[in-house]
Amino acid sequence: MRKVRIGAGQGFLGDSPFPALDVVRHGEVAFLCCDALAELTLAILQKLKNRGAGGGWTPDLRTYMNLLLGECRQRNIRIITSAGGLNPRGAATEVADAARALGIRGLRVGVVEGDDISGSLDEFLQRGIPLDNLETGEPFSALSRDQILFANVYLGAGPIVEALDKGADVVITGRCADTALFLAPLIHEFGWAVNDWDRVAAGVVVGHLLECSAQSTGGNFSGDWWDVPDMHRPGYPIAEVDKDGNAVLTKAEGCGGLVTRETVAEQLIYEVHDPARYVTPDVVADFTSVRLKDLGGNRVSVTEVKGAPRPEKLKVSIGYSNGWCGEMTVRYAWPDALKKARKAEEIIRRQMALLQIKPQETVVEYLGVNSLLGPAADEPPGDLEEVGLRMAIRTKNRREAELFPRLFPPLALNGPPGLGAGSFGGNRARELIGLWSALVSREEIKPVVEILEVN
Amino acid sequence: MVVKIRLKELARSRSGDKGNTCNIGLISRKPQYYPILLREVTAEKVKKHFGDFARGEVVRYEMPNIDALNYVLYEALNGGAASSIRSDNLGKCFGSALLKMWVEVEESEL
Repeated sequence: MRKVRIGAGQGFLGDSPFPALDVVRHGEVAFLCCDALAELTLAILQKLKNRGAGGGWTPDLRTYMNLLLGECRQRNIRIITSAGGLNPRGAATEVADAARALGIRGLRVGVVEGDDISGSLDEFLQRGIPLDNLETGEPFSALSRDQILFANVYLGAGPIVEALDKGADVVITGRCADTALFLAPLIHEFGWAVNDWDRVAAGVVVGHLLECSAQSTGGNFSGDWWDVPDMHRPGYPIAEVDKDGNAVLTKAEGCGGLVTRETVAEQLIYEVHDPARYVTPDVVADFTSVRLKDLGGNRVSVTEVKGAPRPEKLKVSIGYSNGWCGEMTVRYAWPDALKKARKAEEIIRRQMALLQIKPQETVVEYLGVNSLLGPAADEPPGDLEEVGLRMAIRTKNRREAELFPRLFPPLALNGPPGLGAGSFGGNRARELIGLWSALVSREEIKPVVEILEVN
Repeated sequence: MVVKIRLKELARSRSGDKGNTCNIGLISRKPQYYPILLREVTAEKVKKHFGDFARGEVVRYEMPNIDALNYVLYEALNGGAASSIRSDNLGKCFGSALLKMWVEVEESEL
C-alpha cells in the first residue's frame, strides 16, 4: 500500500533548524511541516513589530529557508510552515528573496491569508456576533478598542490543501490550527473527503504528535530521560501514513532521540482538554480511541482513530495590551540564604510603600525553594547553599514597572550580607499581552490562497 | 500494609498551557498502576495540592487507552503565557509539581 512520509521541522519560534535539515536529508519525506506559532507567538511577533524589529513573520524564517530551500528542492520535498505569523504575504516575499539569493528559479510559494480578522471586529459586533471570552464568559466590551493588538482565527487544513493542489513548493500560513499543517498534505495526497471524519481525525492525531517537534521523540520525556540517546541532536518525528490514516511514528535515521510507546503517549496527552473531544477546525478527534503499539526500533504504530463532525464555529485569538511587568532577581549565599532573601523581600516591599508603587499584583518566588513548583513545593531541607529572590509586579502603567527594578541594586550595600547580583541592569519593564479566545461562525471567515512564482 | 509514596513512583507527567488553563497528563508507569491513579489522584486532591495556583475548577478526564489521566486546571496560570508574571509562565512545571503528591497504596499493589 502506498504510504506518505511527512516530517516535522519546527515546534516553535526559537526551535533549532538543524534537526529539520536532518529530516530532509535522512528522513525520506515528501513534506516538511513546520509549526512556528505557539499560542503566545503572535504576541511576541507583535512586540517585535512595535519595536520596529520585523515585519510580523517569524524572524528565523530566513535562516530556515537558507538552510532548507535548496536541499528540499533537490529532493522534491514541499515545505509547509506557519512562519507567516501576522504577515504571511510579507513572509512569502522573504522566502522569495531567499530563493533568489540561492539561485533557485521557478519556486512556487503559496500564501494563505484570511486568518487576520482585526479589521472586521467592529462589523462583527454590529451584526451581533458576540466574541465573548471562551474562558471567562466576559463580554467583548470589557476590552477597549485601543488595547487590541491583533485578532486571528485558527484556520483549518482546507486552504493549505488548496495551495498544495495548485502546486505550491512552499506554503506559508499565518494562524492556523497546528494540526492543519500536517493534516493538509495527507488530504492532498489521499483525497480524503472533508467529512471522512475518522481519516481526518487520524491526520489530526498525526499532526498533534508531530507539531511539537522532539516532544514525541524523547524531548521533555518524563520517564528515564537520561537514557534518551544524543539529546543534542534529536531526530524530529516522521509519520508514515497510509490512505486509511494508519500511521507509524518514527524519526530520521542516524539521529538521536527515542520513539517508544511512552514518549509518544506523553505527546498525545500534551495540551489537551477533553481527550475524547479534541476540537480542531477540521474534525473533533477522539484521542481516547487511539491505539499506540510499540513496534521496536524507534517505530510506534498509531491506529484506530475515531473522529466526529467538525465544529460549526472557529476559534479566534485576540491579543490585547494587558499592563506591564517589572521584575528583578537577586541571590544570596549561605549561611541563612533563605532568611536573607526573605529580609530583602521585606525591604523591597517597604520601599514600594514609601514610593507609593501600588501594583495590581506582586509575585514573590524563591529560586532554589519554590520558584517552579509553587504551592506544591516542600519546606526546604536545612540551610541551603544559596537562594534567589525573584519579585515581579503587575502594573497598569509603564513607569511603575520601570521604577521597580531600580529598588534592588542598593540591596548590595544596604541589605543583608552575601548578595550575588541576579540581573542588575538587565531588566526592563515588559508589556504584558493577554489572549482573548472567542468563537466565530465559519461562514464569516474567508481564507484566500495565492500562488506566487519566484523568477 | 499501606505505604505512603510519591506519585513519581507510579507515574510520569507532561503539562502545558492553553490561555490561563493548564493541563497535566499523568501517565501510569505500569498498566497495573492505573487503577491506583484512578482511586488516589482525584480532581479534588489535585486542586488542594496546587493550593493558590489552582484558582478555578479542576476537571479530570480518563484515557484508559494509554493508562493516563488528564487534569485540566482552570485559572491556573496567572493570566497565562504573555500575561503571566510567574517564572513558569507556561505551566510546564505543573507536571513535576503533581508528581510530588503523596498517595497511599497497599504494598501488594506495587
